[in-house]
Amino acid sequence: MTYIVKPKFHHPALPKNALGYTHRDYEGSVSTLCAGCGHDSISAAIIEACFELAIEPHRVAKLSGIGCSSKTPTYFLGQSHGFNSVHGRMPSVLTGANLANRDLIYLGVSGDGDSASIGLGQFAHAIRRGVNMVYIVENNGVYGLTKGQFSATADRGSKAKRGAVNNDSSIDLVAMAMQLGATFVARSFSGDKEQLVPIIKAAIEHKGAAFIDVLSPCVAFNNHLGSTKSFDFVRMHNEAVNRLDFITGRTPITVDYEPGTVEIVEQHDGSKIALRKLNAEYNIHDKLAAMSFLLHHAAEGQIVTGLLYVDSDPDDLHAHLATVDAPLNSLGEKELCPGSATLEKFNASLR
Amino acid sequence: MKLTDIAAPDYFHKVVDCQWACPAHTPVPEYIRLIAQGRYGDAYMINWKSNVFPGILGRTCDRPCEPACRRGRVEKDPVAICRLKRVAADYKEDIKERLPKAVEKGKRNGKRIALVGAGPASLTVARDLAPMGYECVVFDGDFRSGGMMRSQIPKFRLPDKVIDEECNYILDLGVEFRGGRPVESLKKLLAEGWDAVFVGSGAPRGRELDIPGRKEAAKNIHIGIDWLSSVSFGHINSIGKRVIVLGGGNTAMDCCRSSRRLGGEDVKVIVRSGFEEMKASPWEKEDAMHEGIPIHNYLVPKEFTHRDGKLTGVTFEKVKAEYDEKGRRKLVNAGEPDQHFECDDVLVAVGQENSFPWIERDIGLEFDQWDMPKVDPKTFVSTNPQVFFGGDAAFGPKNIIWAVAHGHEAAVSIDKYLSGEDMNVRPLPAVEVVSQKMGIHEWSYDNDIANDKRYRVPTRDNVIALKDIRTEVELGYDDKLAFQEAQRCLNCDVQTVFTGQLCIECDACVDICPMDCITFTHNGEEADLRTRLKAPAQNLTQDLYVADNLKTGRVMVKDEDVCLHCGLCAERCPTGAWDMQKYLIEMTQAEQACRSRA
Repeated sequence: MTYIVKPKFHHPALPKNALGYTHRDYEGSVSTLCAGCGHDSISAAIIEACFELAIEPHRVAKLSGIGCSSKTPTYFLGQSHGFNSVHGRMPSVLTGANLANRDLIYLGVSGDGDSASIGLGQFAHAIRRGVNMVYIVENNGVYGLTKGQFSATADRGSKAKRGAVNNDSSIDLVAMAMQLGATFVARSFSGDKEQLVPIIKAAIEHKGAAFIDVLSPCVAFNNHLGSTKSFDFVRMHNEAVNRLDFITGRTPITVDYEPGTVEIVEQHDGSKIALRKLNAEYNIHDKLAAMSFLLHHAAEGQIVTGLLYVDSDPDDLHAHLATVDAPLNSLGEKELCPGSATLEKFNASLR
Repeated sequence: MKLTDIAAPDYFHKVVDCQWACPAHTPVPEYIRLIAQGRYGDAYMINWKSNVFPGILGRTCDRPCEPACRRGRVEKDPVAICRLKRVAADYKEDIKERLPKAVEKGKRNGKRIALVGAGPASLTVARDLAPMGYECVVFDGDFRSGGMMRSQIPKFRLPDKVIDEECNYILDLGVEFRGGRPVESLKKLLAEGWDAVFVGSGAPRGRELDIPGRKEAAKNIHIGIDWLSSVSFGHINSIGKRVIVLGGGNTAMDCCRSSRRLGGEDVKVIVRSGFEEMKASPWEKEDAMHEGIPIHNYLVPKEFTHRDGKLTGVTFEKVKAEYDEKGRRKLVNAGEPDQHFECDDVLVAVGQENSFPWIERDIGLEFDQWDMPKVDPKTFVSTNPQVFFGGDAAFGPKNIIWAVAHGHEAAVSIDKYLSGEDMNVRPLPAVEVVSQKMGIHEWSYDNDIANDKRYRVPTRDNVIALKDIRTEVELGYDDKLAFQEAQRCLNCDVQTVFTGQLCIECDACVDICPMDCITFTHNGEEADLRTRLKAPAQNLTQDLYVADNLKTGRVMVKDEDVCLHCGLCAERCPTGAWDMQKYLIEMTQAEQACRSRA
């Protein structure tokens, strides 16, 4: 953390988006995390993604639980809605908020403790229900706030800062999310914004449960030799299957690539993602193959990153429940109390 | 792009824009910090060492530092560097004990130096050389020292007591002043057996304006700089009610403002060029206009009109600016009728020239095609190895701070010459780079950035200011305003120093930098690199700092242009790859150390 407020002066030639904002306008208050924390880079990536998509800040709701990662929503999108919930309970609060107002963009920010330990059940059910959201786990493999014990995502055999070896199996949230029916699943690295920012943008555009696992080294407790979540280890074992070069609105993509190297993925709302394939074999629409690829590489100690699975025709909780199209707060008395005739009709349908 | 060599003294010097722009390379941020701490005497001494006349310059400097100031690129107006210098001079404690001591006559080194003219150039040479044991004798036609600082700058801008104080600091070093004795022959002077002669006699001749009517109406047409010096010495104390000042430089501004105080009620400045291209500093133009003096432009004087030997006015041709394909400006007739302005007096301030009628052309001292002495721009020696030039006398009219800078260089040359060393071998400046880290988030400088806009210097009300030509107009900052203005300084001398070996490429610095100065990317040609940064580096006068030794093989590129030196990159760096280090460069001046170091 720092003791001074980040100066409000900005570069005179800073680009502005369609709303006339610079990326500085998407910042929050200054971070109180440790210097060099991967989480701060993820905050910066979220800021960049929202800036590039020209999202109106008041259209975003940030929700989080407890932990270093869950503190970060304070540090980005200072003009957006926010809710800091009980430990591990972010997914249910997010689900409720989403049901009440389907017009907002929901950004769930959580950590490996918050989602893979205390909130594992919450995580599973929000994904399973297909809540339209971006669920980001800032994954560092340790409990940083309690001084560096192994978390549930720490790999078996990896070492703590003082040398203790982790004997428990790790939870792979990406594999779980796929198995649970997430329609957009990705993994990235806090130290690689070129990969991370487009993934966050694509996830925001995705209409359905989008899950992103972001490896985020803990510089204080998990950035040593023997860790599998350190800057060096992740850089050395990063098996990136693809890179999102850009995503567009509905405008046609007109860039020439070598055939077979680029895949244009059209999302449900018509926006398109240009995916540069780094692994020609990898098919982002084949969930079974993706899971097997993932497990195979995990066994070899490789970390698979990129957009790993996407369902081009997703649906979400509102579709499952056939809820009303408008946010609840926009409904007037007429819609909420349709009168005794309607009640009669409804009761009759149940007889 | 080539990696940056931060060990080269010039690299970080250039980042301190104000110091780099100052001809005498005054360590500006260093003294501004001291002012903020209320250590006025210490701030004064730093100035005194570099620029010799802090009190005078704090009121009159041409301030090349201010247009260069980084603050002007970050928000709107630069830090009021010049007026902060005045604060140091105004509020300092008695600093006499901290000045060098005069060397007693018997302990001197036996070398005698004659200095022609008692202006800033000569006095600087004397200040540098007298404490080393040289016997310095300053000659001047006036009875008091100071040269043009005393004769041409009006008292309402620069009171005599400030000149007295700072000139006396130098004369008290055992420098002999022979006033009222203009040097009339260099040949004779050299024959007196001086070991070296320094010519700092300025550019004492005002340029003439030879148009019809000049002779006939001569009684009411005055040459600006001569008129100003007559006013300064009290020989002139009135002028007609309607005054026209011809010329657009700072002398013209001094003329018009002086006229307003000597009875001129309808005073106007009329210039050939456009208002924007006028040579006068913007703030001097503002000060004149503030005193109710209009400035008319694009008017070329054609004729002085007169009746019965008395001036009645000036006729002007209206012109407009045209630019040829090379962008050179030409003033052409605007096709409008000539304009006539009535007036009682005209002050001609259309430029200054050098004049050396007292230098014989047969004493081995060569002159060039413009009748200027041939002077080496590095050593300031003429073609006679015993004779040195500096100030306006060397390369034509400039200003005080340039004269001081010349004086320092000439003093080094004279010292080298008289100790039998090669004066072309110039000792390097002393550079010190020290970390400012005091704790995890503590720095020895105030790194919090003040958002304040530039503070205006309080002035006396026009009603009072225009009554008496000796009443100083500017009151100067008080201590509170001085502190607030000082806090606007960005501490550009506290440098961001990067060590690639320590970097883990966590991006913390990139994310926190408020100005988007830092980028990690693959190296490329500079032109290409400048477009690939987080914010485009469009200011080509500012360097890119490129460093390697990163594990990913990328380079760190920092655009120095608008860095706030807030130190957040270093505070956020988990490994100490970034550090804030204060860079202090001490320019070479003549002193014992300068010889031993060479």
